[in-house]
Amino acid sequence: MATIKGSRRRGLALHAVLVIGLLISAFPFYWAVIMSTHTSTEIFSYPPKLLPGPHFLENVRNLFDNIDFFGSMFNSLLVATCVTVLVLFFDSLAAFVFAKFEFPGRNALFGLLMVIFMVPAQLAAIPQFVIMAKIGWIGSMTSLIVPAAANAFGIFWMRQYMKGAIHDELLDASRLDGAGFLRQYWHVALPVVRPGLAFLGIFTFMGQWNDYAWPLIALTDPDNVTLQVALSQLNGSHGTTDYGMVMTGALLALVPLLIVFAIGARQIIGDLGKGAIR
Amino acid sequence: MATVPVVDRPPAPVAEAPVVHPKKGILSHWRLYAAISPFYLLFLAFGLVPVGFSLFLSFHRWDGLGSMEWAGLSQYKYLLADADFWSSIGNTLIIWALATFPMIFLAMVTAVMLNSAVRFKNVYRFAYFLPNVTSIVAVAIIFGSVFSTNFGLMNALLQAVGLDQVAWLNTPWGIKVAVATLMTWQWTGYNAIIFLAGLQTVPGELYEAARMDGAGPVQTFFRITLPLMRPVLLFVLVVSTITGLQSFAEPQVLLQTNTNESAFAGGPDHAGRTMVLYFFQQTFDNNDFGYGAAVAWGIFLVVVLFSIINWRLVQRRGEE
Repeated sequence: MATIKGSRRRGLALHAVLVIGLLISAFPFYWAVIMSTHTSTEIFSYPPKLLPGPHFLENVRNLFDNIDFFGSMFNSLLVATCVTVLVLFFDSLAAFVFAKFEFPGRNALFGLLMVIFMVPAQLAAIPQFVIMAKIGWIGSMTSLIVPAAANAFGIFWMRQYMKGAIHDELLDASRLDGAGFLRQYWHVALPVVRPGLAFLGIFTFMGQWNDYAWPLIALTDPDNVTLQVALSQLNGSHGTTDYGMVMTGALLALVPLLIVFAIGARQIIGDLGKGAIR
Repeated sequence: MATVPVVDRPPAPVAEAPVVHPKKGILSHWRLYAAISPFYLLFLAFGLVPVGFSLFLSFHRWDGLGSMEWAGLSQYKYLLADADFWSSIGNTLIIWALATFPMIFLAMVTAVMLNSAVRFKNVYRFAYFLPNVTSIVAVAIIFGSVFSTNFGLMNALLQAVGLDQVAWLNTPWGIKVAVATLMTWQWTGYNAIIFLAGLQTVPGELYEAARMDGAGPVQTFFRITLPLMRPVLLFVLVVSTITGLQSFAEPQVLLQTNTNESAFAGGPDHAGRTMVLYFFQQTFDNNDFGYGAAVAWGIFLVVVLFSIINWRLVQRRGEE
């Protein structure tokens, strides 16, 4: 009896610590919500406001007056969606080939892919900028979408996934039925690896939505940028920043991400560990 | 997935044959090559050619508009003697260390606790992962207000417990602590979930046996859990080294309002100017594309060197 009580008390203490961690994780979100409902003067008062105020709509109006919020959000959605669709298609197609077929040069090509995986982005940044300026892509969303349309990580990830998930018997059977390469890919391979695709898709979308360094360089027209760049302009451009407004923007920019994460949370959190342990 | 009853079937005689198309020769595989070609073509255009060009560029002087001028090794010589570059390496390493060690410690503790908590495990995992989902720009703006000198939450807290205020974003150490805090907040939960996945592969009998031998929780952790977790720890350390040493958005957004100079200055006294910020400043503020390329190669070397050192340290500690 005493030991049961003791272990229950230990369990409660454990949950208490875990809840504290949870509150620290969540606090900046709460703080952003609070600040987005106050005016700047109220935000900069002492003691700090910890409860919501009535100025949210006013901040939203100021935000929409200062940046083209929906325009830049549309740009972000466009880029993230296009890149995600392209990455899912190109990466899974290449991964299918690497996972399930033999052909001359396969190992060398896959080895090259792994080396490419490790090259840091800024090494290529200047020439990429120069090349894109030459072909006239600088300033347009094409400069963001095309270079990101296929990536080494996704091919590597999907190959690992397909090796385990797609059984050779299944492919042999479909081949006996007369299915060509594309039919095998579309009708046999893809349906089986849907969870792996979901993980890759959500991560790609979030990564693109949040990308900042390259769009900052490549989008030279301040009126035609992605949401992250627009937000940082908002944050840096004014001598006296209107924190209520900036915070409202930061908060609204998180909404699409949180929706995507909520939809795919089970997939992400489950698969994240698997990827690391392999 | 439907499981095929293996016992009922004789071993397939054709199992040895690899999955190949009946025809031989490279041309017969054209569909396969076509399927993998988009990645390699994109890499050629936006990876290989640019990386090669950046090597070429690093031996030249170029402002991005005029003609290139051969500079030989002079950019690299200048880089070696460039106090600003060395200080940016120092800033990066300090911020990396301030963020990484607390982060790995907290992530490990969280993972061990989550592993022994039975209820609400998925709720915790969801909430702990949330910081990693957020946009770095939005988070940097939020943290900027938390660490604001006159009216920030951090200073209000200090004041409430009777301590002096700190000019977080105006002092060299305050800047580094603020950037590192942001990184720690963002990555602890992510790493905790990776550690947790590792913990769940440790067989329960090992813990049973340790308990029978009278080992306490601390002993169990250091004798059983930690050694078995070494591969996962290595993964986390290498990934956080590669990403941490290339930090850019965190200091850039957090510190850009504090200065009237460049948006890549890294705050007062350049205390938050990381290596990548310095690269951006040299390249896109000064339009010094040649020197920028040399800086990029310098960063690459530092990251590779540091990753190897980390790898070695963790490996060796394991062998003892």
